[in-house]
Amino acid sequence: MADLATRTLPLRGFHGGSATVRLTPAAPASRLSLRAKPDAVGALATALQLSLPTRPKTSATSGTRHALWLGPDEWLVIDETETDLVGIAASAGVLQSATDISHRNTAILVEGQGASAAINAGCPQDLSLKAFPVGACSRTVFGKAEVVLYRTGETAFRVECWRSFAPYVSGLLAAGAQDAGH
Amino acid sequence: MLLIHCPYCEEQRSELEFRAVGDAHIARPENIAAISDAEFEEYFFLRDNPKGLIFERWRHISGCGRFFNAARDTVSDRFLKTYKAGEPKPSLPIAAMTDETVVETYEATEGRAE
Repeated sequence: MADLATRTLPLRGFHGGSATVRLTPAAPASRLSLRAKPDAVGALATALQLSLPTRPKTSATSGTRHALWLGPDEWLVIDETETDLVGIAASAGVLQSATDISHRNTAILVEGQGASAAINAGCPQDLSLKAFPVGACSRTVFGKAEVVLYRTGETAFRVECWRSFAPYVSGLLAAGAQDAGH
Repeated sequence: MLLIHCPYCEEQRSELEFRAVGDAHIARPENIAAISDAEFEEYFFLRDNPKGLIFERWRHISGCGRFFNAARDTVSDRFLKTYKAGEPKPSLPIAAMTDETVVETYEATEGRAE
C-alpha cells in the first residue's frame, strides 16, 4: 500500500497552440477565495503583504503573489509558490471568509500574438488593450465554463478554470488557438 | 447579443455573464406567519407580466456575482437603466420607453386574436 497519495495534475501532458499562440499548463499554485467587508481590507492587505484592489477589473501584484478583484467584496489571491495563504489570512485577525481553492482551480497560460483571439473564441469580453489593459482581470465565461481571466502581459493571459472543466477549457483554447493561427 | 451595464463592474458586459432572477421591489411581508393564504399567494406567486416597462432583478453571476436591479422594456428587450440593489426605483422619462417603436408582433401583422 502506498504511503502517500500521488498528486495528479489535471492537465498533465496537455500541449496545444499554433503559430501565434502558445498554451502551457501553469505550475501548481496556492489559491485563496477571499471575501471581506471594507473595514477588514486594510488588515488583510497587511497580512498578505499585498494591496487588495477595490476598483473593478483591477489586480495587484507583489512578488509571486497576485490579488485579483472579482467582486466588490471578493478577491482571488494566487501565490505561484506553495504557501499557506489561509493561515496568512487568518493571522490578520479580522472577520473574513477565506477558502483554500488551490486544488479546485487550475490555470492555462495563453501567450503570443494570437492570445486574445484564442480566448475570444469562447469569451465575449473586449480584450483590446484599451478595455482590458495589462493587469486587468475578470471572472467571465469561456464557452460553457466559468473562468477567471488575468492579463499578465500585452500578449499573455492566465486563464484560471475549475479543475473539472480543465479538459473542456484546454480543448476549446486549443481550437481557438488554431483559428487564431491564420 | 445584449450588452448589459453592470452597476458594480461599471461597464457593459455580454448577456452570457448574466442571469435573470425575477421581479424586483417585491417587499417580503413584515409578519409572514400572520398573512392569509390569499395574501401569501399574491406575494409569492403572482406577477404582473406587463407589456412595456418592468423592474427586474438580475445577477452578474459569471462576473462580479452581485445582484442588481434593471428597468427593462419587455417589448423591445431594451435595458433602460440598471442600478444597485437597495436603491429606489428610478423615475424614467417617458421618452425612454419605446412604445412607438414598430415591433413585429402577431397583433401588428394579423390583427388582434379575438
